[in-house]
Amino acid sequence: MEFPKDLKYTKEHEWVRTEEDNIVTVGITDYAQDSLGDVVYIELPQEGGTVTKNEPFGVVESVKSVSDLYSPVSGVVKEVNEELIESPEIINGDPYGDAWMIKVEINSPEELDDLLTSEEYQKFIEEEK
Amino acid sequence: MAFDDPFSDKPLIFELSREGRQGVEPSRCDVPERDPEASIPGEFLRSDIEGSPEVSEPEIIRHYTRLSRLNYGVDTGFYPLGSCTMKYNPKVNEDIASFEGFLLLHPYQPEELCQGALRLMYELECYLAEVSGMDSVTLQPSAGAQGEFCGLLTIDAYFRDRGKPRKKVIVPDTAHGTNPASTSLAGFRAVTVRTGKEGVLTLDTLKEVMDNDTAALMLTNPNTLGLFERHIKEISDYVHQMGGFVYCDGANLNALMGIAKLGEMGVDIVQFNLHKTFSTPHGGGGPGSGPVGVKKILEPYLPVPRIRKKDDRYTLDYNQPRSIGKLRAFYGNFSVMVKAYSYIRRMGPEGLKKASTVAIVNANYIKERLKSTYHLPFDRACMHECVFSDRFQSQYGVTTMDIAKRLIDYGFHPPTIYFPLIVHGAMMIEPTETESPEEIDRFIEAMKEIDREARESPDVVKNAPTRGIKRIDEAGAVRRPVLRWQGSGGGG
Repeated sequence: MEFPKDLKYTKEHEWVRTEEDNIVTVGITDYAQDSLGDVVYIELPQEGGTVTKNEPFGVVESVKSVSDLYSPVSGVVKEVNEELIESPEIINGDPYGDAWMIKVEINSPEELDDLLTSEEYQKFIEEEK
Repeated sequence: MAFDDPFSDKPLIFELSREGRQGVEPSRCDVPERDPEASIPGEFLRSDIEGSPEVSEPEIIRHYTRLSRLNYGVDTGFYPLGSCTMKYNPKVNEDIASFEGFLLLHPYQPEELCQGALRLMYELECYLAEVSGMDSVTLQPSAGAQGEFCGLLTIDAYFRDRGKPRKKVIVPDTAHGTNPASTSLAGFRAVTVRTGKEGVLTLDTLKEVMDNDTAALMLTNPNTLGLFERHIKEISDYVHQMGGFVYCDGANLNALMGIAKLGEMGVDIVQFNLHKTFSTPHGGGGPGSGPVGVKKILEPYLPVPRIRKKDDRYTLDYNQPRSIGKLRAFYGNFSVMVKAYSYIRRMGPEGLKKASTVAIVNANYIKERLKSTYHLPFDRACMHECVFSDRFQSQYGVTTMDIAKRLIDYGFHPPTIYFPLIVHGAMMIEPTETESPEEIDRFIEAMKEIDREARESPDVVKNAPTRGIKRIDEAGAVRRPVLRWQGSGGGG
């Protein structure tokens, strides 16, 4: 299982990639997609909507369960991966690439400070198992 | 010898269809015929479907009889579906619910002509209050989730009545899956708390999220790990001190009957799932019944009508100005109430206590005998169900899903899987009091055999089920559903 070093992670199994101009990309981790199994439905916010750190911003449904997606940051949704909504199964193949979920313009970059590094996240999921 | 195997390939009902064949002769139409297109707006008319299958009466009878033989229920075998209490429902309760006096009763029957039914409902309310330690019970909600909704609305009504509405409801991650949904539907914000290593809620964890805007704590006891919430009394004392209520999801009441009363643990509201605990077939679409019990302080908010007894007369009382109103037409699912009443009367207090005791002993027996074979995340005395994981078997590439599917080959309905979410690869086994020690041993042996297969020949488990039916493509069924017969060579 992969956990790229250039990403930050949450205990709710989301990842965050810092782009430029206070924009971050958000998705769910390899561990999350593996635990969920075949994903069949994804609900994401509208472009222009707001998300709040640690609050639900969407829903992911697999053959096993339905789970809330928790936002790792607060800000305005600049872009939504429409292709992912159409074909949710790509999340099982490429969780860090094609299956990105939303791009958010963040209010305060300090919010990124308390996210987990790749090593911290891997340690966390080992403990959680 | 299987004379006729219901699993064998048979033509579909659509394939049996022959134009003009029919089972019954409908009576001649005695009103003028009209063209559907002239009477029904176009958007409600279907143009792309052929007529229904045309078959003879024996063909249709064989079709449905075969379908019924493909069915699996607690009347055909062990059904350890955790959190669902799929226990056997004595047939005598069905008989009693079919008495003409109950069956043919009209909901608008005048009170003086349905005193017996009102008495039954009144007494059932009293029995449920007694079992749970509550002061008042309404029988109106149609099933468990509507009971949750009803209980939460009474809490909301209480705070509004005092001019101080509260917006938050705290739900531990070991609560039933419907709890956060009912919370949102009732207009509250659900706040999840983690239970942590102990598998039960602790006061310290609760204190981190509880505040003056919290209307209630909504937990399930015993919880979905099958563990008794052992800190419940200090937790409910604290919730009350903060001015909130304690709601307990009563879906797991089959572990507590006659042993412990929720009311004495500080619970203020509970819903009963009569179709789980009190002898009504569960699953298959109902009807269920989800009565709600409350402490005195919430009684004025219960739905109308309330059933009153004065001297020896029973009446329906609609004069409850602070009531949340009606939740559904009439008075609830009456036939389910009759079954519950009959079950409680026949079992008696000692019988109910014995049922819960045996359910707990059965679950603990399975837990002890399987815990060296399957990983047991919370190793301590459980209540009526126990939760294992696939940690040991996953080393061989065998998952909970595979184990569940393989159990079908051994003739058992699989347990609840992948729930509760806090256990990775959960298998949640609830044997209930229904099963004999011999049947439970057979199940245990099957589970051990599947573990052996997982280590020695994992493909056998991964390709299950193989006896009669195949593994279905669950993802495909959701992503590309084929909902209608599409003719030979159709589909896709």
